[in-house]
Amino acid sequence: MIRIAALLACLALVPVAGAVDSGQRFEDPAEQSRYERVIRDLRCLVCRSESIADSNAPLAKDLRREVETLMRAGRSDEEIYAFMTERYGDFVLLQPPVAPRTWLLWAAPALFLAGGIAVVLVVVRRRARVARADPAALDEEPDRP
Amino acid sequence: MKLPLRFLVPALAFAVLVGFFVVGLSRDPGQIPSPLIGKPAPAFALESLGDPAWKVGSADFSGRPWLLNIWGSWCVGCRQEHDALMAIAGQGRVPMMGLNLWDDRARALRWLADLGNPYVSVAFDPEGRTAIDWGVYGAPETFLVDSAGRIVKKHIGPITLDIWEREFLPLLPVPEGGP
Amino acid sequence: MIPELGHFALILALLLSVAQSVFGLGGAARGNAAWLAAASSAVVGQFVFVAIAFGALTWAFVERDFSVLYVATNSHSELPLFFRIAAVWGAHEGSLLLWSLCLAGWTLAVTAASRSLEAPFRGRVLGILGIVSIGFQLFMLATSNPFARLIPAAPEGLDLNPLLQDFALAVHPPILYLGYVGFSVAFAFACATLIEGRLDAAWARWTRPWTLAAWSFLTIGIALGSWWAYYELGWGGWWFWDPVENASFMPWLAGTALIHCLAVTEKRGLFKSWTLLLSVAAFSLSLLGTFLVRSGVLISVHAFATDPARGAFILAFLAVVIGGALLLYAWRAPRLASSAAFEPTSRESFLLLNNAFLVAALSLILLGTLYPLFMDALELGKVTVGAPWFNLMFLVPMLPLVALLGVGMHAAWKRGMLGSMKARLWTAAACAIAGAILIGAAAYADLRPMTTIGFALALWVMLSSLLIPLARLRARQTLPAAVIGMVIAHFGVGLTTLGITGVQSFKVEKDFALAVGEAASIGGYEFRFAALRDARGPNFTGVEAEFTVSRAGEEIAVLRPQKRLYNSGGNPMTEAGIEVGPARDLFAALGDDLGQGRWSVRLQFKPLIRYIWLGAILIALGGAIAAVDRRYRLRAPAHAVGAVAPSAP
Repeated sequence: MIRIAALLACLALVPVAGAVDSGQRFEDPAEQSRYERVIRDLRCLVCRSESIADSNAPLAKDLRREVETLMRAGRSDEEIYAFMTERYGDFVLLQPPVAPRTWLLWAAPALFLAGGIAVVLVVVRRRARVARADPAALDEEPDRP
Repeated sequence: MKLPLRFLVPALAFAVLVGFFVVGLSRDPGQIPSPLIGKPAPAFALESLGDPAWKVGSADFSGRPWLLNIWGSWCVGCRQEHDALMAIAGQGRVPMMGLNLWDDRARALRWLADLGNPYVSVAFDPEGRTAIDWGVYGAPETFLVDSAGRIVKKHIGPITLDIWEREFLPLLPVPEGGP
Repeated sequence: MIPELGHFALILALLLSVAQSVFGLGGAARGNAAWLAAASSAVVGQFVFVAIAFGALTWAFVERDFSVLYVATNSHSELPLFFRIAAVWGAHEGSLLLWSLCLAGWTLAVTAASRSLEAPFRGRVLGILGIVSIGFQLFMLATSNPFARLIPAAPEGLDLNPLLQDFALAVHPPILYLGYVGFSVAFAFACATLIEGRLDAAWARWTRPWTLAAWSFLTIGIALGSWWAYYELGWGGWWFWDPVENASFMPWLAGTALIHCLAVTEKRGLFKSWTLLLSVAAFSLSLLGTFLVRSGVLISVHAFATDPARGAFILAFLAVVIGGALLLYAWRAPRLASSAAFEPTSRESFLLLNNAFLVAALSLILLGTLYPLFMDALELGKVTVGAPWFNLMFLVPMLPLVALLGVGMHAAWKRGMLGSMKARLWTAAACAIAGAILIGAAAYADLRPMTTIGFALALWVMLSSLLIPLARLRARQTLPAAVIGMVIAHFGVGLTTLGITGVQSFKVEKDFALAVGEAASIGGYEFRFAALRDARGPNFTGVEAEFTVSRAGEEIAVLRPQKRLYNSGGNPMTEAGIEVGPARDLFAALGDDLGQGRWSVRLQFKPLIRYIWLGAILIALGGAIAAVDRRYRLRAPAHAVGAVAPSAP
C-alpha cells in the first residue's frame, strides 16, 4: 500500500519540471551535454522508471548535484558510474552493464534478427525448390467458397 | 503418431516462462539489496544537530555494534516508526545514532523535543552528502554496523519491533555473562 | 441495494459463461444441436448480466456511493460526472469488469455475425471464449470484487488520481481493452481449428476481419496513451518502454504479424501453422500483459495495485489457457503443411520476412522487459533495462522492416515479378533520399546519418504506398477496400516514422528560472513569461502562467501552463501549455516556485511530433477500412467451409 502511494507520488512528481538545478550547470556546452547524458543514464531510485534528469525526488536532486561535483573534480564517466554503483548497486544504471550475465541481452536483438532471416531463407529455398520440381504448385490455392 | 519436436518448442518455452514467473511472484522486485552490506561503513564526521561545535561521526562507536537511523522532521514514515525506535533504544542493547537528512535544524530539534529522542547522538546532514555515501534513498532507513565497523544490515522503510526482533537481533553478538 | 444486484448479476454471468463453455464445446463434441443452440443463448445472457453488473458499478460511481469500497477509493464528491464514470475503470477491480464486458461484447458480436459457420465449429469458438470469460469473472468474484462494501461508509472518497482526470486517459482503457480482448476472437478461432484438426484455410478468411478490427482498436489505444503521456506528464516524453507500455506493444506487433500472415493463409493456404501460432500468441501476450500489470513481478509506474496472491491466480489461468492452446498446437500443427510453392521474390517471401522482423522485434521487447525478472530469479543480481537500451535495439529489426516494406507492397503473389513497378520504385527511392537531404538541410540545417536515413525511409514508404492506387487507377483496375486500407495503413507507418525521426533528432528541451517579464529562447523561438494568475476549476485551485511565443519578433502563440492543487489533496499536478503547428509543437510547463518571484520553467521545441499519432490514426483507419472489405461480408454457404479431418490420432 505504501509502495503504491510512493509510485503515485512519483507519477505526480514527474510532471513537475526539474528545478533550475537540472538546467544549465556548465558554461562549456561540451561539459553541459556530457552532464545531461550522464544524468540521463542514472536511475532515480525513488521513482524507478525515471532518470535523475527527469525526476524531482529529493534524492534525484542530490544525485544531480553529486554528478556535477564529481565532474568538476575531473572524474571520467566510468568513475562517476562506479561511484554510484558502489553506493547504490547496478540498479542505479539505466543501461544494463555489459557483463557475462547480460551478454544474452546485448546479443539478443542481432541473434533474433539473424535467426528470423535464417528461417525465412530455409523456407523460401524449400518453396522455390518445390516450384522448380512442380510448376503447377505455384498456382495452387485453397478451396474457395 | 509422430510428433516433430519443433512444434513442442512454444509450449516448452512457455513452461519455462511460467517457471520464472512462479519464482518471480515470491520475490519482491522493489527490494534492492544494498551493495554496502559486508563492506566497511563509510566514514563521516558531521556537526551534531544540537551543537554545531560538537562533531559526531562513524568513529564514535568503534569496537561495538551500533545503529544508524536516517530520519527527518518532514518524513511521515519516521513518525510512524518513532515509538518502535524509542522501545529499541529503551532496550539498551545497541546504541543508536540518528542522521538528520534534508532538514532544518530548529524544526528537527523541535520534533525530537515533542516526540522524544531515542538517539545517543544525531548527525546533521542537510545536504545529504553523507547519506549518498551510505546509499540512502530517503527516510526512514536503518543500518546495523557490527563491532568491526562493517555494515551488516540495511532496512528501508519504517522499522517495527517485530522486524527488529526477527531481522536485527539475530545479528547481534550474544551478550556475555549475566544480566 | 444496487451494488448487491451488480454482484449478483456478475455471479449469474459466471454461471452463464460456464454454460456457454460446456454447451459450446460439449455440444460440438457430441454433435448435439440443442446444446449448441443453448451455447448461443448463454452468450446473450452472459452479455446482459455483465452489462447489468457494469451498469450497477457505474451507478454507484455516479451516485457517489462511498459505501462501496472501490468507489470510496477511486472517487470524490467533487469529481465531475464525466470522470466519475471514467473512474469505473480507473483501478484494478473495475478494469477487470471492463475486460469482462468487452469480452462479452466481442463474443456476442461473433455469435451474431457467424450464423453461416458450421454449428460445431461455431460452438467450439464460443466454448473457448466462454473459458476465458470464466477466468476473468472467477478472478473478480474470488479476489477482486468491485462491489465489496465498506462498512461504515466513508464520508468522502479518496478521489480519482488527478492524472487520470483527463479525457484522453478516460477513453484510453476502453479502446485499449477492445483491442486486447478482440484478439481473443482470433485465439478462439485458432483453437477451434486445432481441436477439429481442420486442414483447410477457410478459418483464415473468417478470422481476418475480426483481427483487423481488434488490431485497429489496439493501435488507437496505444496512440492515445502515448499522446496523453506527452501533454499530461509535463515533460514531453511520448514513449518510455515502461513494462506496461511494452505489455500493450507486444500484442500489437504479434497482431500486425498475424494480419499479414492471415493474408497469405487466406490466399494460398500457406503458413497455416504460423498463423495459428500467431493467433495464439497475440492473445497470449494480451493475457501476459494483464498478468504483468497486476501481479507485482515487475516494477512499473503504471502498475495497478500489485498483489502476489492475485498474481498467482492470473498465472494459473494463463498456464491453463495458453498452455492448453500451445499443447493443442503441438498436437495438430504438424499435419498442416501445404504443398504450394512460391518464388523467392514473391509477396509470400516478403510477408515471411516481414513476420520474421516483427517477431524479432517482439522477442527483443519481451526479453528486455523480462530480463530483470530472469536475473533476479536466477539470483544473478538486480539488472534493469531502460529506455536507452530499447531505443537502440528496436532499430535493429525495424530499419530493415521499413526499408523492405516499400518493395514488398508491390511484389506479386506466387511469382513476384515487379515488372513495370521497378522503374517507378527506383524513382521513388531517389526522391525519398533527395527529400530527406532537403528536409535535413533546409529545415534543420543538420544532416546526421541516422536522421537522414530515418527521413529517407519515411518518405520512401509514403511514396511507395501512393504508387499503388496510382498504378491501379492507371491500369483501370478496381480499388477494393482491402487495398485502400493497406495503402492508408502503410502510408501511416511512413508518417509515424517521419514524426519519430523528426522529434528524436531535433527536439530541444531546456529548463529556465524565470520571473514575470523575463524571456528565454529555444529553437529560434522566444518565450516571454508575460503573467501569472490564479486558476480555478471544479475540483482544484492553482496558478496559471501566460507565455507569449514569438519568432523573429512576431508573436505567434500564447501558452497557458498551469500548476494545479486538487481539493482532495495530494501532490501538485502540472498541465502543460502546448501550441500545435503543422511542423512542430511548442511546449511550456511550470515547475517549482523558486521564491522571489522566480519560477522553474521547462520549455520544449518538438518538431514533427504530431505526425507520430497522425500516422497511428491512419494505420488504424487503414485496418478498419480493410476489415469491411466486401469479400468478408459475403455469406459463405455452410457446406463450403471445408472438410474436417477425422479426429483419430
